Amino acid sequence: MDQPVHRALGLTDDEAASIDRILGRHPNYLELAMYSVMWSEHCSYKSSRLHLRRLPTEAPWVLVGPGEGAGVIDAGDGIAVALRIESHNHPSAVEPYQGAATGVGGIIRDLFSMGARPVAVMDPLRFGPLDDPRSRWILEGVVSGISGYGNSVGVPNVGGELVFDACYTGNPLVNVLCLGVMPKDRLVLARATGVGNLAVLLGSSTGRDGIGGVSVLASAGFGDAEAEAAKRPSVQVGDPFEEKRLIEACLQLLDEGLAVGVQDLGGAGLTCATSETASRGGMGMDVYVSEVARREPGMEPFEVMTSESQERMLAIVEPGNLDRVLEVARQWEVRASVVGTVTAGGSLRILERPDGEVLADIPAASLHEDAPLYDRPQAEPARPTPADAAADDPANLPAPGDCGPDLLALLADPAWAYRQYDHQLFLNTVEAPGADAAVLRLGGPGLPRTGRGLALSTDGNHRWCAIDPKLGTAMVVAESALNVACAGAKPAALVNCLNFGNPEHPEVMWQLSQSIDGMGEACRSLGIPVIGGNVSLYNESHGRDIDPTPIVGVLGLIDHLERRPPSPILIDDGRLLLLGETESVLGGSRWAVDINGRRGGTLPALDLETHGRLLDLVRLLANDGVAAGLHDVSEGGLAVTLTEMALRSGVGFRVAGIANHAELFSESPSRAVVCAEPDAAQAIFRQAQAAGVPAAFLGGTGGDRLVVDGLVDLSLADAERAWRDTIPDALAAGTAN
Amino acid sequence: MTTRVGVVLFPGSNCEHDAIEAVESLGGKGELIWHGEAEVGDVDAVILPGGFAHGDYLRPGAIARFSPVMTAVARFAAEGGPVVGICNGFQVLTEAGLLPGALQKNRGLKFVCTTVELEVSSTRSVLTSGAAAGQRLRIPINHFEGNYTCDEATLRTLEAEDRVVLRYVDNPNGSTASIAGISNEAGNVVGLMPHPERACDPLLGSDDGRVLLGSLLSVPAR
Repeated sequence: MDQPVHRALGLTDDEAASIDRILGRHPNYLELAMYSVMWSEHCSYKSSRLHLRRLPTEAPWVLVGPGEGAGVIDAGDGIAVALRIESHNHPSAVEPYQGAATGVGGIIRDLFSMGARPVAVMDPLRFGPLDDPRSRWILEGVVSGISGYGNSVGVPNVGGELVFDACYTGNPLVNVLCLGVMPKDRLVLARATGVGNLAVLLGSSTGRDGIGGVSVLASAGFGDAEAEAAKRPSVQVGDPFEEKRLIEACLQLLDEGLAVGVQDLGGAGLTCATSETASRGGMGMDVYVSEVARREPGMEPFEVMTSESQERMLAIVEPGNLDRVLEVARQWEVRASVVGTVTAGGSLRILERPDGEVLADIPAASLHEDAPLYDRPQAEPARPTPADAAADDPANLPAPGDCGPDLLALLADPAWAYRQYDHQLFLNTVEAPGADAAVLRLGGPGLPRTGRGLALSTDGNHRWCAIDPKLGTAMVVAESALNVACAGAKPAALVNCLNFGNPEHPEVMWQLSQSIDGMGEACRSLGIPVIGGNVSLYNESHGRDIDPTPIVGVLGLIDHLERRPPSPILIDDGRLLLLGETESVLGGSRWAVDINGRRGGTLPALDLETHGRLLDLVRLLANDGVAAGLHDVSEGGLAVTLTEMALRSGVGFRVAGIANHAELFSESPSRAVVCAEPDAAQAIFRQAQAAGVPAAFLGGTGGDRLVVDGLVDLSLADAERAWRDTIPDALAAGTAN
Repeated sequence: MTTRVGVVLFPGSNCEHDAIEAVESLGGKGELIWHGEAEVGDVDAVILPGGFAHGDYLRPGAIARFSPVMTAVARFAAEGGPVVGICNGFQVLTEAGLLPGALQKNRGLKFVCTTVELEVSSTRSVLTSGAAAGQRLRIPINHFEGNYTCDEATLRTLEAEDRVVLRYVDNPNGSTASIAGISNEAGNVVGLMPHPERACDPLLGSDDGRVLLGSLLSVPAR
C-alpha cells in the first residue's frame, strides 16, 4: 500500500499531527505541500536552531544579525556591508553545473533584496579525491557552473577554497559566500506591511523546475547513482542574464523608494516568500495563483506555490507606486505582475484567482514560528580501542628521511579554478585569489571611494574537526581571523556554513553542537560577532556521513588602504621570521591525513589570548609596510607556507633549526611567517617581543632552491611543476558521470 | 576642456561603471548611454564596455548589434568619432561589421581571467596614440570568446595597414597572430579584448591602462 501523503512529502507523523492541531482540521494537499517545504530541515533549521542560539551575534557595528536575507554591518562613511554564506551541496552532487550556478544566483538575490549591490562572491569547495573520475566530473561541472553564472551575472569571484578528501565522494560541498555594499539608507528588510499593499512578482516565469528542492534534495542523504539521477528534475536551472536585469531593476526600485520590502524566491519558492514577508510584517496575504506567469500549461497550484524556478523576486509595493514599478521593470525587460495583496489578520490565503476559490488558508506565521524544533539526541562517537587509536595516530609514523617528496605531494595550485572566474570587476580587487585573504577596496557602483578596504577569507578544516569538532572549529575561526589580519584588517563579522552529516545520527548532532560551542568560544574571545549562517545537514552518501565541516567567512575592515598590503611572497636576500610557537603535533594535519591516511591523534593546542595578540601584531605589520612578505601558517604547516611564498615570488629560501618532520608539517595554530629586509626583520623581531608574541629567525631568502636543513632540498622548478600541474594533470585523465 | 565619453549600456553589460570610473580618474567625464537610444548624444568618444550584452545569448554581440544605439554608434564612427570596444564591446563591433574578423572561444575552451603582457603594435589608433611602439603593458584579460580569428586576406590587410594595435606577448587564447586589439582603417574605431580600465590604479596591480585610455581622452573635443 502507498505511504500516507505527508510522508511522501517528507513530513513525519508527529509533524502532520501538529498541522492538524494548528488548523483545527486536516490540511488539504496544497496546504500540506506548503508545510512540507517550509518545515523541511533546509527552511526551518529544526535540528540546529536550538544550538545556534549559543553563538554571539551582537556588536555595536552590527545593523542586521542572523535570520534575515543577510547579515549587515556598518562600515562607516555611510556605507553598509552585507554578508551571507550558503550551501548548494545536494543540487551540485546531482547536477554539478546547474547546482553550482543556481547556488551563486540564489545568494546574490539574498543580498540585492536588502538593497545591497553584490560585489564579491567566494567559493569554498570540497570534492572527492582527484583520482576518482566521478569526483572529477563534479569538480569540472561545479567550477564551470560558478564561472558561467557568476561571470555573466557580473559579480566577481575573489577567492575560496579547493579541498579534496574521500569523505566528500558522492557528497561534494559547494558553499558560496556573497558580499554586498550599499548606502546605509538603502537597507530594506523583507517585510510586508500596509493592508492593501500589493505583492509584485518580478523576474522569470514559474516552471516545474526545483519542485520540492528543499525537501527532496536538501534534507536527505544520497544512495546509489540511479537514485541521484532521478533527483535531477529537483535541481533548478539558472539564467544569469535574467538575474542581471533583475539586480538592476530591483536596485533601481529601492533607490527610488518604490518598495516597502523585497524578498527573493529561493528554497520553497512563493510559499516561503509570501509567508515570510507577511509574518515578519505581522500581516496576512492573499495570493492569486492565476496571476503567476507560468512556463508551461497544466501546472497545479501546489507546483506554482513550491516551484523553485530561479531569478524571481517578490516586492511589496504601495498601490500608488505600482505604475512606476511596472515602468522600471519594463525598462529592464523584467516581467512583473501583481500576484497578491497584503491583508490584516495573519492568514496566508491561496486563491485560484482574485475573488476566486480559496485553495488554502493557513496562518502565515505557523509556517515559520510553529515549525518543529528538535533537540535531537547527541552521543560522542565511540572511542577507538587503544590499539586502533595507536594505529591511526600520525605520532607513531616513522620519520621520512627526506621530506621533499611529501612536500611536493602537498602542492596544488587552485588557479585552475579561479582563473575561470572574473575576479576583478568593479575595480575593487587589490589582492586576487591565492593570497591569505581577498583584499577589496570598499566601494562599488554608485558609492564613493573612501580610501578604506575590506578583507575577506573563507576557511574550513574537516581533518581538525573530525578529531575534535569543538577545538577544530575554534582553530578554523582563529585561522580565518589571522588571514584577514595578514591583509591589515580587523575582523568585524563572521558568517558560517555548517556542513554536517545526518542529524538523526546522534554522533552527528554531537559534532554539530560541539562545533557551535567551539565557534562561539573563539568568536567571543576574539570579539567577532556571528551575523549570519546556513546549516546544511544530511551530507552523507551510501550511509557514510561527511566529516564535520563548518566553513566560516570572516570579514575584516582596513582603515587605510593606500598601498597594497604585503602578499605571501619572498624577496631576494631577505630574512625569515616565524611569529608564534610551533607545537610539533601532527594530528589532523595534511601530512598525516593526505600523505599517510592517518586521521587520528590529537590536535595542537589553541590559546585564544595568545592568538588575539598575534592578530594585533600582524595587523600592525601589514599596515606599516615594513614586512615585504607575510603569510599565515596553516594547511601543510611551515613546509607548505614557505613553499607557497617561494612559488608566488620565484625566490628560494634556506631555513635552519627545524628539528624534524613533525615541526615542519605541524599545523599548530597562531603562527605567521614574515619576510623582510635584514634591518626591518630585526625591528619586527623587537616589535614582536614587545607585543608578547614569540618570534624566531628561521633563515634567509634568495636563490632557486627550497632548503630546510636536514629535511628538504628541492629546486624551485620542481616545486613549481608540482604546484602548477597537479590539478590539470589529474583532470587530463578524463571524467565519468 | 573635459573630454566627454559616452559608455553604452546594454542589458547585461557589467563594466560600464568601471569604464566611467577609469575615464574620470584620468580627468574625463563619463556618462551612460542606454542601448535603446537612437543618438549617442553630445559626446567626444564612445566606449562599448565589457560584460555579457543580452546575456551573450546566441553568440556574443550577435543580439547587441541590433540595439538601436548601434546605428548611432556606426554613424558617429563614420564621422570620425572615436569608438573603443573593450572585451564584449570588441565582440559587438565585429558582429556589427565595424571591425573585421570574429572572436571565437578560447583555445582550451575555458574562461580566462588573468593579467597578461601586451605589446603596442601600432600607435596610429585613438587608443595608442600616446604610447610608444613596442611598449610593454600589463593589462588584465577576462573572457571566454577572445580568440581573434580572420581570413588570411584580412590579416594581410590588417598588417599592411598597421591596424594591429596590440598583441599578446604570450598568447593566452589562441588568437591569430597573437592579436589582442585591432582598429579600422582610419584608426578611430578600436576593439581589444584586454581591459585597460582595470589597470588604471597601482593599488589594483597595474596602471598601464592609463596610457591607452589617456590616448582616447586626448582626442580633440568635437
